[in-house]
Amino acid sequence: MAGKNKVKVRMSEMAKREERWAWLFIAPPFIGFMCFMAYPIVFALIVSMSRWTGINSLWGNIVGLRNYIEILQDAKFWQSMGTTLIYMIGIPIGMILGIIIAMGLNRNLPGKRLLTTMYYVPVVSSLVAVSILWAWVFNYDYGLLNGIWKIITGQHGPNWLGDEKMIKISMIIFMVWKGLGGTIILYLAGLQNIPRDYYEAAEIDGASGWEKFRNITLPLLSPVTFYVLITSLIGGFQVFVEVQVMASNGGPNYSAATVVFYLYEKAFKNGQLGYGSAIAVILAIIIFAITALNFWGQNKWVNTDI
Amino acid sequence: MAEKKKKANSNAMYKTDKVVSSKEKAFNIFVFILLLLLAFTMVFPLIYMVLTSFMTKNQILSGRLTLIPDPVLIGKYSEVLSKGQFISGIFNTVKVEIPVLIVGGFTSSLAAFAFAKLKFRGKDQFFLALLATIMIPFAVVMIPQYVLFTKLGWTNSLAPLIIPGLFGNVSMIFFLRQNLYSIPTELMEAAKLDGCTYFGTYWRIFLPLMKGALGTQLMLWFMGIWNDYLAPTIFLRSEANWTLQVVIRSFNSYYAIQSDYALIMAASVIAMIPTLLLFFIFQRMIIESIAISGIK
Repeated sequence: MAGKNKVKVRMSEMAKREERWAWLFIAPPFIGFMCFMAYPIVFALIVSMSRWTGINSLWGNIVGLRNYIEILQDAKFWQSMGTTLIYMIGIPIGMILGIIIAMGLNRNLPGKRLLTTMYYVPVVSSLVAVSILWAWVFNYDYGLLNGIWKIITGQHGPNWLGDEKMIKISMIIFMVWKGLGGTIILYLAGLQNIPRDYYEAAEIDGASGWEKFRNITLPLLSPVTFYVLITSLIGGFQVFVEVQVMASNGGPNYSAATVVFYLYEKAFKNGQLGYGSAIAVILAIIIFAITALNFWGQNKWVNTDI
Repeated sequence: MAEKKKKANSNAMYKTDKVVSSKEKAFNIFVFILLLLLAFTMVFPLIYMVLTSFMTKNQILSGRLTLIPDPVLIGKYSEVLSKGQFISGIFNTVKVEIPVLIVGGFTSSLAAFAFAKLKFRGKDQFFLALLATIMIPFAVVMIPQYVLFTKLGWTNSLAPLIIPGLFGNVSMIFFLRQNLYSIPTELMEAAKLDGCTYFGTYWRIFLPLMKGALGTQLMLWFMGIWNDYLAPTIFLRSEANWTLQVVIRSFNSYYAIQSDYALIMAASVIAMIPTLLLFFIFQRMIIESIAISGIK
């Protein structure tokens, strides 16, 4: 430390020059951050405490916490929040499928590359385009699923997007399909990081396949599991596009609408910018809490001693 | 068990890895078939999408599931490509991509260079502030951003999609910074001794060295912009500015009423081709960079 100080004093002119250049170099992203992130967040907090519509005056319509109180009593908000949470059933399904498929791929079978690519294609495909595709796949009269259903059972299949319960199941199927490839890639990378000697040592001790999975694979994959869980939760609270494409009015009795879908309708269809901002702030708090959980949980649950 | 131990002692474990027992071979074949079936199920909807785009309306609405287009109809693709709105959607997306990737790639890599290789006060604080950006969901800032862009008069142009991107992309800065850490800092000292300016050091030494990582990140960013839907729907007031994703979504609502599914599918297929092509060509790099994000 003392040495560092001395150097600092001696090189001060040069160090200052370096510092000025560095500040200049990081200025663009930092200015962007201030204009398009920091300022909007502060602004959202203010607007969330108003009845602003974008046309009336913002400062003349400050109502304090009234929007928040109304949201907590708003049945439609709770319905969309409930639906958002129900969609998250897809997260553990995707994780279990992901881990199984990744373990299969990790056996280094022929065509591993091609298989991985096939699983990953939905991930890189445009969300709008594949939502359009699945709206067609789920089509009640002519869709692919009911076509197959009829061949197998001889009867007409369910109304995938036209029924309050079925539309949620349909959305979950879609989300698992869209995200599975990403989960597989992450688990595969995690599996390849586990040293082979761990398994060899366990085999020497006579561990069964299940025991090896339970005591080696699963704990050593916990960082990946945790990462997938956190990012999926954060993504899960932001589901919007697939709902808007497959059920542009929110589905039967609003059964498919998510929080962001509701926020979007309030703000951009009804012009209730204040109310919409309050929903946005609640969403931000939830996501902030998950991120905090991420930092806290990483130390607590995740096994990092490889 | 005792037998296994003996095997291990004589170091035969490594051999058993290579000489696979017939039981394990059978299991491998079983796993392979299962994985293949699952993978096929994953891509089947996409194949069906392409097949539908070649079908006639009669075939699609026959009420009986058929997979092979009969007769094969190519007309829907030319019909889509002759629609002015579709073409202008492609052009608008490209008009966003080019300036954002060039300028944003430059500002991001320059900032990454400063964060990784230069010494300055507040480095960690600045970096954390930027990282916070990744954690803030777009849904949270979209209302104030919309207000801001409306006030600035940007919503009648593509500016709301272009200008924020010019300031750089934080996840790109993050990855490039990681990448620069693996490049020896001695190069920095050597450049200093040679009297190279700081910008010159970035431009002539470090930028060429991070070409690979920069390319991958730019590709991912390209895909992100290409597939973006939420921001364009909110910020673009006039239909003339609609980007491709907004156009295909409006096609979907418009032509579904007419049951013209072949046209909808053809439009969606075309909209997916650029990102899929990029993915097929550079899949190794893309998959690697995704995998790294989970391990970090």
